[in-house]
Amino acid sequence: MNRIISKKQLSADVYEMTIEAPLIAKSRKAGQFLIVQIDTDWGERIPLTIADADPAAGTITMVFQTVGASTHKLAVLSPGDSVENVLGPLGNPTHIEKFGTVVCVGGGIGVAPLFPIVQAMKEAGNTVKVIIGARTKELVIFEDRMRKYADELVIVTDDGSYGRKALVTEPLREFCEADPKPDMSIAIGPPIMMKFCEKTTAEFDVPIMVSLNTIMIDGTGMCGGCRVTVGGETKFVCVDGPEFDGHKVDFENMMIRMRSYKDREDRDHHTCHIGLGIEPHAAPGGK
Amino acid sequence: KERLAIPVQEMPTQDPAARGKNVSEVALGYGECQARLEAERCLGCKNAPCVRGCPVQVPIPRFIEEIQKGDFKAAADTIKETNLLPAVCGRVCPQEKQCQLECTVGKSLKSIDNAVAIGRLERFVADWERENNKVTVPEVKPGTGKKVAVVGSGPAGLTVAADVAREGHRVTIFEAFHKTGGVMVYGIPEFRLPKSIVQAEVDILKKMGVSIETNFLVGRTRTVKELMEEDGFDAVFIGVGAGLPKFLGCPGENLVGVFSANEYLTRANLMKAYDAEKSATPIYQSRIVAVIGGGNVAMDAARMALRLGAAEVHVIYRRTRDEMPARAEEVEHAMEEGIVFDFLRNPEKILGDDQGRVTGMEVKKYELGEPDASGRRSPVPIAGSEYIFDCDTVIVALGNESNPLLTKTTDNLDVDRRGRIIVNEDQKTSLDRVYAGGDIVLGAATVILAMGEGRKAAAAINTLLK
Ligand SMILES: Cc1cc2nc3c(=O)[nH]c(=O)nc-3n(C[C@H](O)[C@H](O)[C@H](O)COP(=O)(O)OP(=O)(O)OC[C@H]3O[C@@H](n4cnc5c(N)ncnc54)[C@H](O)[C@@H]3O)c2cc1C
Ligand SMILES: Cc1cc2nc3c(=O)[nH]c(=O)nc-3n(C[C@H](O)[C@H](O)[C@H](O)COP(=O)(O)OP(=O)(O)OC[C@H]3O[C@@H](n4cnc5c(N)ncnc54)[C@H](O)[C@@H]3O)c2cc1C
Ligand code: SF4
Ligand code: SF4
Ligand code: FES
Ligand SMILES: [Mg+2]
Repeated sequence: MNRIISKKQLSADVYEMTIEAPLIAKSRKAGQFLIVQIDTDWGERIPLTIADADPAAGTITMVFQTVGASTHKLAVLSPGDSVENVLGPLGNPTHIEKFGTVVCVGGGIGVAPLFPIVQAMKEAGNTVKVIIGARTKELVIFEDRMRKYADELVIVTDDGSYGRKALVTEPLREFCEADPKPDMSIAIGPPIMMKFCEKTTAEFDVPIMVSLNTIMIDGTGMCGGCRVTVGGETKFVCVDGPEFDGHKVDFENMMIRMRSYKDREDRDHHTCHIGLGIEPHAAPGGK
Repeated sequence: KERLAIPVQEMPTQDPAARGKNVSEVALGYGECQARLEAERCLGCKNAPCVRGCPVQVPIPRFIEEIQKGDFKAAADTIKETNLLPAVCGRVCPQEKQCQLECTVGKSLKSIDNAVAIGRLERFVADWERENNKVTVPEVKPGTGKKVAVVGSGPAGLTVAADVAREGHRVTIFEAFHKTGGVMVYGIPEFRLPKSIVQAEVDILKKMGVSIETNFLVGRTRTVKELMEEDGFDAVFIGVGAGLPKFLGCPGENLVGVFSANEYLTRANLMKAYDAEKSATPIYQSRIVAVIGGGNVAMDAARMALRLGAAEVHVIYRRTRDEMPARAEEVEHAMEEGIVFDFLRNPEKILGDDQGRVTGMEVKKYELGEPDASGRRSPVPIAGSEYIFDCDTVIVALGNESNPLLTKTTDNLDVDRRGRIIVNEDQKTSLDRVYAGGDIVLGAATVILAMGEGRKAAAAINTLLK
């Protein structure tokens, strides 16, 4: 049982939730994630990144976007309630080292998991340039937190309602063209965004790490449901990842696999809106 | 002579047509009369060859004699001298390759099918005991203050927990999943092993004072070293199972609609996706399913797919029925239910449409050649025999290898080339006070073998902590 300590709504469909999980708070590292299940008998197991942790208080923080039934059910819980099952920390921690200049790109909800990485990269002595992308001003999250650690911060929105009106690949290209060019880059966000970040950095021979968000169940390497093709080989995102060399990832196959249950998800999303009395709105997939 | 004249008592089953549409148990078990009649068939052989066939040496003639006398409780207690999970083993042991293979009655009547139905009798007494609330919680000795960590709640772990707790040691089971039971709850389907039976066994452990920590991944949440050095555990047993699905390694294996049996069965069993209204976990909607493999895992996946609404389910197996490693009863049940068996076939590649979804497989035909190292005749491909098999789902049920998560995060723990933990005759690993058993040592094996190793490990741990 993991008691919810606090809940905050960061934007129209993004929530930040802090829960009790003392052992995870102690052992987690940047880049790792959880498997969360709200109801032991009937609930779905969904992966969420550990956005932050406070080992002294024994708490961890998740930031999630309500994209479907399970994330909605999580969002309606309140402080004092519990999340029945929380497993973690899962996956390999991000490889942190002093690379020199590191560009970190976060799209939508991907900005949350990017934050601990930005933090760790800065603490390792890197010059950290951060790009935050969102559809619209409303959905920009973590700006203040990022500012604390970023040497440079660029915000872009699809509709130009905040920051630059551009896609994240535009400032990414500029950072790649700059002298010195980045020694490392990291992208976390919707698969399509990561795919184009990969293309952009490839032109400049800049290495890129991407954090993949395939469909998972156990998160321990037992089912193979999370598998992706990386460099022609089958890898399990939950145990071999979640971060991979972006230049080797088969994004097309991954995006197709992520739509495996689309019909059923849409049905559940619809019923859950009726059940929870939430106004439906268009929600993009991804992290 | 008279005993030999009694026919084998068939176990009643749900009607094949009806059961293909529900997940309730297929085999219904003996009633009292039937059980006593079947027990009468046993000759009580002095040399008890059946006992030698059982990996944990259940005192078979003795427990059957108690059934003959009508003392079912005594029968149950007799089995439990060596086997803690008779309700499970009676259902899932490959009896025809173990205890029943050696049975004198079967040999006299010249067919394994005529052997005393030891497994069914075992199941009967265990069910009788549970259903009549006659289960006694084993006596626990006064507390020793020693702490033992058991990693994994499969049959190996549960056995160790019981045997070690009895000696008065404090046992904590750490399980990665949100439910206990290992493969017995996530792999083996409800229609073959109801989850309530596994739960009843776990409840007894709790009554014995065993603590259970679910959602705890040893190696990540805490390491083995931390458990011992910081959390004060005096010994650790590792029973993490095999749990790394094999894939085909052929083109198309990552198309949408290709699953490992582990994933398919976990969705269906553990996550209860068979109840699409209540369960939040989706399962793939299939019309024609191809299951690759010939073991228990393949039978379970095929029969589950049928229950989830597939119109046609094929088992694609490289050899023939005689070589299938699955329990005979499951193969029979699968055939009755209408699963189609395509023997001497193996997929060459999986084909998909422009949406990345499975549309079929290219299959090659095989014939049986010379016996290989395992003594089974090995399949030889027939050149130019390839053909296209239309299907929308492929379930790969080729078994499991060792999941490396725990072994990789535990320094100096020796494993063999295939990632199995190396142990000595006491189940001790290369690390002091750390023991291992079950599938992580044996490779994918059986429930009863996992329990057998658990017993050995528990005995060694109890000696260590004396
Ligand atoms: C390693 C990892 C870290 C993640 N971290 C975050 C995070 O920090 N914040 C966040 O908001 N989201 C995160 N996600 C994505 C999150 O898991 C999904 O948004 C969530 O599972 C959707 O569930 P749903 O029932 O609400 O929506 P659904 O309508 O069921 O699904 C919406 C989409 O999410 C994906 N999805 C569905 N089920 C799963 C599943 N079991 N596992 C993974 N993806 C699934 C599918 O692509 C699907 O189309 C992460 C995913 C992974 C793999
Ligand atoms: C579909 C299927 C059908 C089968 N049918 C039969 C049958 O009919 N008859 C038969 O005898 N055998 C059958 N088997 C084989 C049998 O189930 C296994 O041999 C047996 O369960 C092995 O027991 P175990 O205790 O070693 O491990 P498991 O049952 O695999 O249990 C291991 C447990 O450890 C947990 N775990 C893993 N890693 C960690 C970690 N790092 N930290 C914490 N917990 C962890 C896992 O979640 C799991 O719950 C079948 C197997 C499958 C998959
Ligand atoms: S445990 Fe298995 S092998 Fe042993 S007697 Fe029982 S059914 Fe037979
Ligand atoms: S071998 Fe058969 S007949 Fe003989 S004791 Fe065992 S079960 Fe009974
Ligand atoms: S989620 Fe099951 S193997 Fe990764
Ligand atoms: Mg969902």
